[in-house]
Amino acid sequence: MIETLVIPLIKIVIVLNAVLVSVTYMVLLERKVIAWVQVRLGPMRVGPYGVLQPVADAIKLMIKEDITPTRADRWVFTAAPIIVMVPALIVFAVIPFGSEVELFGRTIPLYITDINVGLLYIVSVASIGVYGIILAGWSSNSKYPLLASLRASAQLISYEVAVTMTLVSLVLMGGTLSMVGFVHAQHEAGVWFLFAQPVAFVVFFIGGLAETNRAPFDMPEAEQELTGGFHTEYSGMRFALFFLAEYANMIVVSAVGVTLFLGGWLRPFANVGALAFLDLVPSWIWFLGKTFVFLYVFLWIRATLPRYRYDQLMRLGWKVLIPIAIANVVVTGALRVLL
Amino acid sequence: MGEAIAFYTLAALILGFAVLVVSAKSTVHSVLFLVLTFLFVAALYVTLQAEFLAVIQVLVYAGGIVVLYLFVVMLVNLKRQPETHADPHRRSRLGLALSGLVLAELAAIAMYGSASSPAASGAASAPEVTAMGGNVEQVGWLLYTDYLIPFELASMLLLVAMIGAIVLAKREL
Repeated sequence: MIETLVIPLIKIVIVLNAVLVSVTYMVLLERKVIAWVQVRLGPMRVGPYGVLQPVADAIKLMIKEDITPTRADRWVFTAAPIIVMVPALIVFAVIPFGSEVELFGRTIPLYITDINVGLLYIVSVASIGVYGIILAGWSSNSKYPLLASLRASAQLISYEVAVTMTLVSLVLMGGTLSMVGFVHAQHEAGVWFLFAQPVAFVVFFIGGLAETNRAPFDMPEAEQELTGGFHTEYSGMRFALFFLAEYANMIVVSAVGVTLFLGGWLRPFANVGALAFLDLVPSWIWFLGKTFVFLYVFLWIRATLPRYRYDQLMRLGWKVLIPIAIANVVVTGALRVLL
Repeated sequence: MGEAIAFYTLAALILGFAVLVVSAKSTVHSVLFLVLTFLFVAALYVTLQAEFLAVIQVLVYAGGIVVLYLFVVMLVNLKRQPETHADPHRRSRLGLALSGLVLAELAAIAMYGSASSPAASGAASAPEVTAMGGNVEQVGWLLYTDYLIPFELASMLLLVAMIGAIVLAKREL
């Protein structure tokens, strides 16, 4: 009873709170990093060095007037932000944050659950998130959001194909579909899959940027393009949900990338005995550190690269990334059989 | 006991949403109810210990096929056609006749067909499946050995459909 209900509930509460707090602070971190890249300081007024800025943002969004356009489809308009937010959050159920921890005499694994089709669960839940974007644009009953949402969803489903093909070649390497199994496979192989599958990592990273609508693929939500993109007609807390879902998706992509490519919770050189003093650092700190590096590269790229035009974006997805990913699968399969 | 509750709840939800698919006033709403039906069918697969099939159901059906339905429905602004026939009840009488036929067929299957169904002889229980390596391995094994030809034929079918769609939609080749 305690094992199957209470402990997972406590883990869920901890993970959800941690994710939601990190998402709000990601917003601040992004503004700060972009500011420093542009040789300015970013938010500095609210709290010391701007640390309380997310609190100010949250209060602002909550007290804003909640407008629903008159001819909008009311049920779908309300449901769309929820449909975008829920998949971003439930993916955290299968992400392994660390190996095990001893608490009150019990050995508690640091993941909420480990289903044996964990990787497919993540991909399928992410594909549900596309609905929220399509429905947000359609239910606003207005031209610009509709066009923007069609563009955004076309972009998402195209890059989903590329990312899923790289995951296929990873499954060939890891021999399992469970996320915890991937970490163990990297431990046994003695090498992070980043070095075994560099092409897959690059395609995964680019696809991850496109999947989360991040620059340079953020055409659907660029203010200069289609007014506000698919969330033009949303205000206040509903807009906040879209915003939060985008950053939560970023954290998801980083966490999944870390688990699959960067060894999850393993310390660097996990098989080298001479570096065993590194085991003093708990496994979840390694995981969080690697995820943070991943996230920082996301922000860095946003600050640096210009935006892709929509047709360039689709060409990149279909004509460049998908063939590379398929070729990677073929080469990986051939090498696995021959070696 | 818990399984029976899960099954009946899921079945009621699936049937309810399926009825809403055909009776919703707005086409986009009926596509959304279709998505919900598929999601609850995936939940039903989970109760049957077929988690791989459940995830594939969500990924392919709910996450791929219905998204394309939704694109088409949104771009083609469908409105319900007004009835122009002389006899306004013609459609409902036809529907009643067809559903009566389907019901008779289901009753015939239930009475005569269950004794020799292949599922009863070939199914393995859940612990056996896990001992044999889990859902994914078993499905993959079967697909590539016993059911290889249907698998290859299905992929040829998808290829032909894709080529057909490109030919239909092209401006100049």
